[in-house]
Amino acid sequence: MRVALFVTCINDLLQPRTGQAVVALLERLGVEVAFPEGQSCCGQPQFNTGYRQATEPLVRRFDRVFRDVDHVVTPSGSCAAMVRDNYPRIGAKAAAEGRGPELADAAAAAVAKTYELTEFLVDVLKVEDVGAYYPHTVTYHPTCHGLRMLGLGDRPRRLLERVGGLELRELPGAEECCGFGGTFAVKNEAVSVAMGADKVRNVRATGAEALCTVDNSCLLHLGGILSRQGAAVRPVHIAEILASTEGNEW
Amino acid sequence: MSGTYLGMPAFPRAAAAATRDTRLRANLTHATHTIRDKRAAAVAELDDWAQLRAAGAAVKDRTLRHLDHYLEQLEAAVTAAGGQVHWAADADEANALVTRLVRETGEHEVVKVKSMATQEIGLNEALAEAGIRAYETDLAELIVQLGGDLPSHILVPAIHRNRSEIRDIFRREMADWGRPAPEGLSDSPAELAEAARLHLREKFLSAKVAVSGANFMVAETGTLVVVESEGNGRMCLTLPETLISVVGIEKVVPSWRDLEVFLQLLPRSSTAERMNPYTSTWTGTTEGDGPRTFHLVLLDNGRTDTLADTVGRQALRCIRCSACLNVCPVYERAGGHAYGSPYPGPIGAILTPQLRGIEGSLEASLPYASSLCGACYEVCPVAIDIPEVLVHLRERVVQGGPVTRGGSRVVLKPARGHAAERAAMRAATWAFDHPGALRAGERLAARTRRLHPRRLPGPGRAWSRTRDLPAVPAESFRDWWRRTRGEPSEQAGGEA
Repeated sequence: MRVALFVTCINDLLQPRTGQAVVALLERLGVEVAFPEGQSCCGQPQFNTGYRQATEPLVRRFDRVFRDVDHVVTPSGSCAAMVRDNYPRIGAKAAAEGRGPELADAAAAAVAKTYELTEFLVDVLKVEDVGAYYPHTVTYHPTCHGLRMLGLGDRPRRLLERVGGLELRELPGAEECCGFGGTFAVKNEAVSVAMGADKVRNVRATGAEALCTVDNSCLLHLGGILSRQGAAVRPVHIAEILASTEGNEW
Repeated sequence: MSGTYLGMPAFPRAAAAATRDTRLRANLTHATHTIRDKRAAAVAELDDWAQLRAAGAAVKDRTLRHLDHYLEQLEAAVTAAGGQVHWAADADEANALVTRLVRETGEHEVVKVKSMATQEIGLNEALAEAGIRAYETDLAELIVQLGGDLPSHILVPAIHRNRSEIRDIFRREMADWGRPAPEGLSDSPAELAEAARLHLREKFLSAKVAVSGANFMVAETGTLVVVESEGNGRMCLTLPETLISVVGIEKVVPSWRDLEVFLQLLPRSSTAERMNPYTSTWTGTTEGDGPRTFHLVLLDNGRTDTLADTVGRQALRCIRCSACLNVCPVYERAGGHAYGSPYPGPIGAILTPQLRGIEGSLEASLPYASSLCGACYEVCPVAIDIPEVLVHLRERVVQGGPVTRGGSRVVLKPARGHAAERAAMRAATWAFDHPGALRAGERLAARTRRLHPRRLPGPGRAWSRTRDLPAVPAESFRDWWRRTRGEPSEQAGGEA
């Protein structure tokens, strides 16, 4: 099984710890991880803002960079959903615009092998107890693209419930969007922040020490609000919890 | 706010003002969460909801694909049943038609059943210009009309008002429109409803002309269907001598068998009821019962152009249930007025720019009025993939391209004001397609990280005004990989 990490651009630049946690976790589970350096960004910021054609080189690049691997694992529900839901749309539109089937083929190849991290653990590796230890209270926010586009269901929760020492606190209104939404966060700043403030109020009401998601982009927004409020809640990606072991917290 | 949506500011500005209105926020949060939870429970009762939803989407798609056929079938059936069918290409034609039809009766007053189509075309204002007064008879529409206000929700048009505001409006305004509010009217729901009942009963008994919309039109028999909860619609549809129904052409369904699907989907999605309380159906005219004259005005107003768009056309499946509004986190905070049309919320964000065109600044801002969270798509009873259409319309805003207008293909220019964004997006793609440059950029960002400002200038202010920026770490992931894992075995596509 040849497995490659698609770290995502946000993690590469801003949260390398998350990528390192995925590597540590997968290696602990006996998976050899490759990191093809030609990878960059899935193209979601461009696509979701209306610049579909600007994403096309990135679809081609994704296909080319990961052509020789069986599975692409990414620690982002949103980027996995971009590949799985939107790459086929980009390919179909290019074909409809008379530019041939090449992009649709590239998209189909990418879709077939791309997994969000918790999907890969539960569906491919068939593990739920990854041997992690994280002695903290944690509340889990299911991010929208993981929840509704990928249909992650309770996979992340099942993994968290089996982490030693971890106490999961229910998040009120958990399935409501946090208000990040990519460029929405700046194009509709007021609404985005109003949504984020409500989410953060719910997070703080749980009394949890850490706020966990499968997406660092949402945590960038929520963490930014928490930090501005001076709240002690720590935003943490699920990979970093799952990579933590007794005596070695990530 | 006066009774027109024209000249509304772009969405972000109107929405920002709404987020600061604490009473509006409280009214909306309470109301949307209540309906949202009830809908979820009503839908969960049915084991075959997913199949019903798929059937609803399929029936609508099939009908829209053969719309010309079903509309002609409907016209023939309505005519055979004693009705008269008129075709209106746009709002002006529809308004002129209805005005002429009312004038021909010699009346100067009409009663109205709640109708989205007549709000869309601004019929009340057009009738007023012709000296004809239109009385809204739906309770919430009455509140909106008396208050000189605009509806802010498809199903609950006065959702932005609480009951003490409603009492004040009734006390202040009812006398100008007919029977005044009773002395000492309180804000108890029962007293408010009784005041409205007394006020409206006068109108029902005196009106000679009614104007309605319709939820559905059954092509095989020429039957129109109005679905409502109060009974006011039943009064308007049966008591007057002349009935004029203005209905969007996408409201046709082929047969009663098809209608059955929607009479299950609609009540559970909109009011969370298992069965709709008042379902009125009528077919042309009937001797000795109901209106003597029936006119059906079939309204296009941008619908045929919308149908020409293979992605955007799914918006025409909409059955106006408002489930998408009630789950939308943006609607909940922005309120309905920010959408600048009778169609607020997620469905409005995809319908308005298609029906009106995307050139105006409000229309161009609507596709961006969403975090793309997908809650709307999840609850839509006819499976409209609203996020897909939003992104499709964003592309039309920033890139322009071919659209259909008045039946002809035209090529739109990109909207103004996106030049810097377009350049930034293209630059990002270039960098992401050149990992060597990307790595150099990341290293520069890491090396200069102590110099990064805490607050950003320019467009970045919209982030950092309210949210702290993350610190850039000393080393990117790719540099960490290279340092700890040695020189990589370059794979395909690994060129710099």
